[in-house]
Amino acid sequence: MKTLRTASLPLLAALFAAGCGHAPKAGETAAAFDAPLDITGSFAPRGQAGMDRLDQDETQRICSEYEGKPVPPELVTTIMEAANAGIRFPADGNYLGDWKNGEKIAKTGTGLQSNDDPNVPNGGNCYACHQMAAEEIAYGTIAPSLGLYGKLRGNSEPILKYTWTRLWNSHAYNACSHMPRFGEKKILDEQQLKDVMAYLFDPQSPVNLEAPGKN
Amino acid sequence: MNQSIPKTFVLGLALALAPVSASFAQSGNDVFAEYREMFGDDNPAELAEMQGEEIWRAVRGPKQASLEQCDLGLGPGVMQGAYAQLPRWFEDAGQVMDLEMRLLWCMEKQQGLDVSALRAHPFSEQGQQQTDLEALSAYIAAQSRGATVAVPQEHPAERRAFENGKRFFNYRAGPHDFSCATCHTHDGKRIRLQDMPRLNTVEGAKGSFPTWPAYRLSQGAVRTLEWRMNDCMRQQRLPGLQHGSDVAIGLITYLGVQANGAVMDSPGLKR
Ligand code: HEC
Ligand code: HEC
Repeated sequence: MKTLRTASLPLLAALFAAGCGHAPKAGETAAAFDAPLDITGSFAPRGQAGMDRLDQDETQRICSEYEGKPVPPELVTTIMEAANAGIRFPADGNYLGDWKNGEKIAKTGTGLQSNDDPNVPNGGNCYACHQMAAEEIAYGTIAPSLGLYGKLRGNSEPILKYTWTRLWNSHAYNACSHMPRFGEKKILDEQQLKDVMAYLFDPQSPVNLEAPGKN
Repeated sequence: MNQSIPKTFVLGLALALAPVSASFAQSGNDVFAEYREMFGDDNPAELAEMQGEEIWRAVRGPKQASLEQCDLGLGPGVMQGAYAQLPRWFEDAGQVMDLEMRLLWCMEKQQGLDVSALRAHPFSEQGQQQTDLEALSAYIAAQSRGATVAVPQEHPAERRAFENGKRFFNYRAGPHDFSCATCHTHDGKRIRLQDMPRLNTVEGAKGSFPTWPAYRLSQGAVRTLEWRMNDCMRQQRLPGLQHGSDVAIGLITYLGVQANGAVMDSPGLKR
């Protein structure tokens, strides 16, 4: 971890040093306050959340820099290519698991937080951002509704692959997506991803039984 | 605040709400509005304010001093409007400080108290009494009710703090790639049922900053902005944000400066 931290320091430094140009007033020693901020000094390891969590990969670095702004085309390409290169489709060619377990995963918001038990499987927290089944009213609205997902799209091979890819690494379709990279970052394992897929596609899943209200 | 309502009544309400609180997680903001209506002008934070006032006046520590001569930025002992102008640069400390850092500084330097335990555990655990910092924050913030937010950007270190906060706001990291921007740059959107203020805009910051510290019904406790930063970092899957750290002060300065011109109305009352 230590080497990771040391290695990442110039990166952090660069981020925080760039473009902070306040003209100092006469007599003020502004130089001391222009030094780049080492953000690692503001954190300490807590529970399962070690200091390596502060290190950024290339995708995170680019997306931080261009948050709320258009990402330059060549960087979009960089991110999408990296995303596509990392996708792993299920080895047995079967995309759909148990929708009931998928429902649990979609509703569970815990996992990987400093106060979470690392021995409990991570949730997917889909409802934080998405509307899904009509019966669940506690859904977020920062992402598009997934109501009737499978019913509206069918379950052809291309649709299954598209959705798996979205879950694995959403940046493959939308560079700097706000959706977590569930497969790439090992938030969910292959079986959990299959279960969530079943929640989206199974005709028996509450996602596909009833159209949810407008959000 | 309506002084005619007995404090015991307010306490009773607070206790009566405790078992209800779990259901807030699953209920709409309109249900919360109902409870807000029930409280009217009364806020259980008043209890913390009274506790804070006692601590402020108490003669304590090896130096046998009270906090009454603590300079919160507007001169020794001046409380009125002080919170509305924090964080700010303190020449004697050589640092930009928010209220909590400043209080720790005064306890240490003026009262001679050992604050290491309080610094390490600045927030009360569920069901515990408020910490001294939380109680004092409630009391002192209340003395800024109606004051205009005016977080200064005079000193280069104050501008630096703003810049640090603004930059960190977009800093994506951790297994979920979350930054503050992931959750707090949308208009009129929710996470589950919670409305998300758009905190990188003047309008959003003005709606949020002046309501802190706040009494949180779901936790039965007064919570400060340092606590809020800490808990959002936890949801961000990051390691522990250190109390009074550059990132914490940076973010609070960033929110405060954007909120300049808004009218303080805290301790607020929240879900
Ligand atoms: C932090 C927010 C967030 C979380 C959590 C999240 N998503 Fe998303 N998701 C988004 C956003 C935003 C989009 C819109 C497209 C984009 O930005 O990439 C999206 C798009 C999608 C799409 C593509 C929709 C379409 O119409 O093609 C699918 C499928 C999807 N999400 C499924 C899920 C599932 C399943 C989970 C949980 C395991 C989940 N999402 C968790 C934010 C999120
Ligand atoms: C994964 C989602 C998420 C992330 C990331 C996040 N927050 Fe939050 N934030 C929330 C939620 C949810 C609430 C409301 C909680 C509640 O009401 O119980 C909230 C509330 C807040 C509030 C209080 C708003 C008010 O006035 O009531 C502030 C201020 C805030 N966040 C700042 C930040 C900052 C700064 C960051 C980055 C360091 C951040 N948040 C990152 C989800 C998030």
